[in-house]
Amino acid sequence: MNLRLPLSLALASLWHRRGILTLVTLTLTLSVTLLLGVQYLRSEVRHSFTSAISGTDLIVGARSGQLNLLLYSVFHLGNATNNIHWSSYQTLRDMGTVDWAVPLSLGDSYRGYRVVGTDEGFLKHYRYGNDRPLQLAAGAWFDDVFDVVLGASVARELRHRLDDQVILAHGGGATSFLKHDQTPFRVSGILAPTGTPVDRAVYVSLQGLEAIHTGWEAGVPRPGRTLSADQARQQDLTPQAITAALVGVERKVLTFRLQRRLNEFADEPLSAILPGVALSELWRIMGQFETALLGITGFVVVTSLVGLAAVLLTLQVHRKQEIAILRATGASPTLIALLYILECAALAILACLLAVLLGGLLIAVAGPWLLHHYGLHLQLRPLDVTEWLILACVPLAAVLVGLIPAARAWWRSRTQHFGTTSTE
Amino acid sequence: MRPVLSRQPPKPKPQYALPCNDQTFINVDKPSYRINETTNMTLTDPLTQQPPPALQCRDLAFRWDAQGPAIRYPDIELPQGEHLFLRGASGSGKSTLLSLICGLSAVQQGQLTLLGQDARQLSRGRFDRLRADRLGVIFQQFNLVPYLSPLANTLLPCRLSARRRQRTAPSAQAEAEALLAALAIPTRHWHRPVTELSVGQQQRVAAARALIGSPALILADEPTSALDRENRDRFIQLLLTQANSRQTSVLLVSHDDTLARNFATQLTLGDCP
Repeated sequence: MNLRLPLSLALASLWHRRGILTLVTLTLTLSVTLLLGVQYLRSEVRHSFTSAISGTDLIVGARSGQLNLLLYSVFHLGNATNNIHWSSYQTLRDMGTVDWAVPLSLGDSYRGYRVVGTDEGFLKHYRYGNDRPLQLAAGAWFDDVFDVVLGASVARELRHRLDDQVILAHGGGATSFLKHDQTPFRVSGILAPTGTPVDRAVYVSLQGLEAIHTGWEAGVPRPGRTLSADQARQQDLTPQAITAALVGVERKVLTFRLQRRLNEFADEPLSAILPGVALSELWRIMGQFETALLGITGFVVVTSLVGLAAVLLTLQVHRKQEIAILRATGASPTLIALLYILECAALAILACLLAVLLGGLLIAVAGPWLLHHYGLHLQLRPLDVTEWLILACVPLAAVLVGLIPAARAWWRSRTQHFGTTSTE
Repeated sequence: MRPVLSRQPPKPKPQYALPCNDQTFINVDKPSYRINETTNMTLTDPLTQQPPPALQCRDLAFRWDAQGPAIRYPDIELPQGEHLFLRGASGSGKSTLLSLICGLSAVQQGQLTLLGQDARQLSRGRFDRLRADRLGVIFQQFNLVPYLSPLANTLLPCRLSARRRQRTAPSAQAEAEALLAALAIPTRHWHRPVTELSVGQQQRVAAARALIGSPALILADEPTSALDRENRDRFIQLLLTQANSRQTSVLLVSHDDTLARNFATQLTLGDCP
C-alpha cells in the first residue's frame, strides 16, 4: 500500500489535535529522556569508574574488604579502617618482586577536596584510562615540604593559580573548623584534567602532612607543640604511617604470589587487592542496581505509551465524522487502522527526537555540576549502539500500543454506515 | 449521449400504497419506472455502446436484526447520466439504502446492481475500490475532514483512487480549483481551515469532492437539510449542472418535496411501522 496518503493524513490529523497531543508527547518525551538518561549515565559512570586507575597491579592497605580499600584509596570515598606502619611500607617497597610502590596518606581536606600525601612516584606511576600517565598543565610536581599540586577540577573550581596560598583543613568534609592555618601551602603545580578522581584531590608530600600534624597527636593542635614552616624544614619528617600504597610488580605473573604474601604479612594485617578485580566487583554491585533502575525507567516509558493509547482511544469518539467521510470516499478499513498506527509511531519518533535534544541539553547543563559535586565526568558524546537500540524500541513499542486503537478502528470502520450524524 | 433531465417533466401524480406481506408499505409514484426485465444487467452492450445503468435494485429488503421488521425498497433503475429523487420521511430507511448502494452494508435480500456489477459478488475490498473509483458521496452535514483544507478535502478522492485522478482534466489540482470556483467557494478560503466555512460553503465543498474525477454516481443524503431556502436551490442547481456536464448520475435522498421539481424522476420510500 502506498504510504504517502495515510502518512500525510496522519500528520495533518496530529497537527489538528496538537493541543491535547502536546501533553501526551511531553509525557512520552520526559519518560524517554529518563530512559535514555539512565542508560547514558550508566555507561558514563561505568567508563568513569573503570578508567579511574590502570597500570597499578596491587593496592595495599590495612586489612579490610577490597571494595572499601578501592573506594578510599582510588575514589577518595569513605575512610580507611586503619593505617600501615611506615616500616611495613619500607619492607614492601624493598621486596624483590616489587617494581615500584607509591605511598598514599589520606585524612585531611582542602575546601571539600581530599588531600593526598604521596611522593613523586605518584606522578611517575599512576595511570588512568588506557594506560595514560598524569601530566602537569602548569608548574612542577611538589618539591618543598609546603608545596601543593592541585587536581584539574580543584584548580578550576577554586580559581587557583600557581603560587597561590592554600590552607589545608584537618579531617574531611567541605567545612572544617580546624585549619592548618599556621602552615600555608604554595601551589607549585596544577595537573591536566583526567576525568578521574585525580582531578578532585590535592597532592602534597608525606613530609608536608607530617609537618602540619606535628603537635596534633590528640586530634587538636597543642599550643607550643606545633611547628612553624621554618622549624619544619629543619626536622626529620619521616612519617609514622601511611594509609595505602599503590604497587607495580616487576613481572605480572608474580602478582598473585605477591598478593598472597602481603595478605599473610607477619608484622601487621594487610590487604592487597587487584584493582581490576575490585573495579569489576564494584561494577557488578552497582550494575545490578542500575539494571533495576533501567528496568523501572522502561516501565515508565511503557506507562506513558499506554497513556498515549488511552488518549487516542478517547479521541476516537471525536473522529467518527472523519472516519465516516474517509470510508464513504473509498478508504479501506486497513487505511483507517494504519492512520492510528502511523500517528502513534509519529508521536513516538517526535518524542524520541525531543528526548535526545532534551537529554543533550541536560547533560550540557548538569555535566559541570555533576563533576563538581560527585566527581562524575559526564560529557556529550554520540549515542552508542545500545542507546540507539533503546531509542529504536520506543517507536516499535508505540506501534504495538497503537495496534489497540487501530484494531478497534479497523473493526468499527468495517461496520461503518452511511452518514456522519450517528451519535451512537 | 442521451439527453439529460428532459425525458419526463415532473408532474404531480397520485400516490398509491401497495400492501406488502411485512405490513410494510411502499409508496411508488412512478410504477412505470420498475425494472425492465430485458435490460442487460452486467456489462456494456457491445452493439449499442450503452453504459450499464448506474443503479438497479430489485426486491431489495433489509433487516437490522433477524427478528425485526424488514425495510422493503421500491425497485429502481437509474440509467447512467440521469438523476433520481428519492423522497422519504425520516425512519424510512434512506440512509440504510445508501449504505447498501455504496457497499457499507451487505445486501441481505434482493438484487442490487451498481454500475453493471452485482453487489453480492463484490468483496468488501473490491467495493471499497469501486467506491473510491466510481462513487461520490454527500452527507447531510459534517462532510469535511476537519484537518484538511477545502482544497485538500476536494482532492481526497483523487488521492484515494488513481482512476479518479486520471479522469480529472487538465490536472487534479486544476479541476479541484475549477470546481471550488464553480461552486462559489471564495479563493481566500481554499487553504484555510474548513471550520471557517459556513454550512452552505461546507456542503458545496462536499459537492466539489463528490464531483471531482467525474464519478459515475453521486449519492447525496439530505445534502440541503441544514441550508436555508435560497442556498438550497442554489446548491441543487450547482450540483446538477456540474453533474450533467460530467455525465454523472445523482441519487438524491430527501424528505424535502420542494427539491423534487429539479428531478425528472422521483420515487417515494415507504414508512416502516
